Amino acid sequence: MADARPHIIAKDLTMAYGDFLIQKDLNFTINRGDVFIIMGGSGCGKSTLLKIMIGLKTPATGEVFYDGEPFWASSLSDREATKRKFGTLFQSGALWSSMTLAENISLALQQYTELGDAEIREVAAYKLMLVGLAGFEDYYPSEISGGMKKRAGLARAMALDPEILFFDEPSAGLDPISAKLLDDLILELRESLGTTVVIVTHELASIFAIGNNSVFLDTVTKTQLATGNPRELRDHHPNFEVRNFLQRGEAEDKAA
Amino acid sequence: MKKAVLSVIEGMQGSLDISLSGDWLLGVELPGPDPVLDRLRKSPKPTSLAFDSQMLGDWDTGLVKTLIAINVSAGANGVEVDDAGLPAGARQLVALAFAVEEREGARRIFKQKKFLESVGDSVMAALVAGRELLTFVGELVLSVKRFMRGTATYQRSDVIQYIQEAGAEAFPIVSLICFLIGMIFAFVGLIQLQLFGAGIYTADLVAVAMVREMSAIMTGIIMAGRTGAAYAAQIGTMKVNEEVDALTTLGINPIDYLVTPRVFALIVMMPLLTLYGSLMGIIGGAVVGLSMLDATVLQYATQTVNAVHLNSLFGGLFKSVVYGILVALAGCQQGMTCGDSALAVGQSTTKAVVMGIVLIVLSASILTVIYVNLGI
Repeated sequence: MADARPHIIAKDLTMAYGDFLIQKDLNFTINRGDVFIIMGGSGCGKSTLLKIMIGLKTPATGEVFYDGEPFWASSLSDREATKRKFGTLFQSGALWSSMTLAENISLALQQYTELGDAEIREVAAYKLMLVGLAGFEDYYPSEISGGMKKRAGLARAMALDPEILFFDEPSAGLDPISAKLLDDLILELRESLGTTVVIVTHELASIFAIGNNSVFLDTVTKTQLATGNPRELRDHHPNFEVRNFLQRGEAEDKAA
Repeated sequence: MKKAVLSVIEGMQGSLDISLSGDWLLGVELPGPDPVLDRLRKSPKPTSLAFDSQMLGDWDTGLVKTLIAINVSAGANGVEVDDAGLPAGARQLVALAFAVEEREGARRIFKQKKFLESVGDSVMAALVAGRELLTFVGELVLSVKRFMRGTATYQRSDVIQYIQEAGAEAFPIVSLICFLIGMIFAFVGLIQLQLFGAGIYTADLVAVAMVREMSAIMTGIIMAGRTGAAYAAQIGTMKVNEEVDALTTLGINPIDYLVTPRVFALIVMMPLLTLYGSLMGIIGGAVVGLSMLDATVLQYATQTVNAVHLNSLFGGLFKSVVYGILVALAGCQQGMTCGDSALAVGQSTTKAVVMGIVLIVLSASILTVIYVNLGI
């Protein structure tokens, strides 16, 4: 478990939609077991960066390394194998609406393991218990609330015991208490499973509660302004934009 | 990889020690929790359960789900569990799994339905669907009343767009289908009619069939598959995304805004498409007829013109209007009663097409009987 090598490295990443540049020269390192926050103002390309990291969008230039192996330069089959170590929670859960919660979780297990039906059902029930949805196996996504959908999405993301969990705005649309419970759940899961967690969010409360590493993307300069522990960035980072964001626009401009 | 082993040891003072060793990974052969569960059911019950995991190798969900099964059974049998001997991560995961109690009454219990019960259920469902359809027709009529009074809210540009989608964009497919139907009619008819030297009457056959019946029916079925399905999918998706609710909260009647303009578009375009379809069918028939008969174009044309009465033409156009209303009604009704998932949109679309075609064929039969009795 205790692998000192960095888990994920982004090197000179540039992302663009056609000719439209989103972000350039992104460089950061995520260690094993980190809770890594991708933050920045609205529309700065946080979700796009996540899409590149999980293989949904090709970067314009640059590379992402997992365990030292290049991701985008590798063959399609190698990339598929790497992706199997990921679990992703999409913004609104993205549960398959025609399947029950248990079936949502089972799909990956049926595809990638040799388990029998009874065992898969057992694993699905356990994953739902983990996220506090015991007994909801046979519900359809349309029959449960938004917060429950998020948690069910998390259960699905964890189906294959992933090494890395990606979250896109996990607390968006949740009340503060549910958001806090979800944060706690993420932390507990990381502690007990040793999973590396990558989160896209601009929810300051979550950023400070769970993040121990981060990258700050800027909309104006279209590049990263800072990386590191968000609490330290808030208090000590020389750049005004970064401190201002992390202090909800109440930072004092030292230069002025 | 070491084989996963679970052994049960009766400890001192009636406690039960469970020793775990090897690698407990999902997908490899794992010993089930059965020996422990069996022991827990037997009397005298152990006073407590403890774990020894010193020999445990790698583990994942495979271990945790076994632990949970043991915990559930221990709880049911009133035996205390001492989890100190487990790896810290597994201990936390088990605690997390039991952190939120199962909500009372949340679990679904499936029971086998009796035959009569399911028959009854489907009859009731059909009755409900019938009532929904009638309600919808009623609402549509009310909406038409509002349109006539000029109090309905709708977008004129929407109506024009619907008309373009249902009309001009359907031209190619209507041309193709009606042209081919005309050719097929001419082929089949010509071979039979030539047997007694009445080959030229192929022109009559094709013209009358296309104008009175076939053009309207074929256009109606094309529209059911093309426009009816599109209506159901559009409105259904809006329903899933709560866009219909958003209209209602603005005080805009969704029937006025979404349904009536679509019905109007089909009412306007169906007769025009049918008229055009008849023409294409007659041309298709003429291509076959002229190439297989010893007739001039003028002869064939005169024969065709003399065969079609104005009554037949208006009869056919009236039918097309009826089909248009039915197709739009089926599509919009299915869209408005759509459930709230991707699956439901698919089901609504399927139902809209099936319902549209069934309604077309039913009304075609009824109208034909009426026409015959009226001597049209």
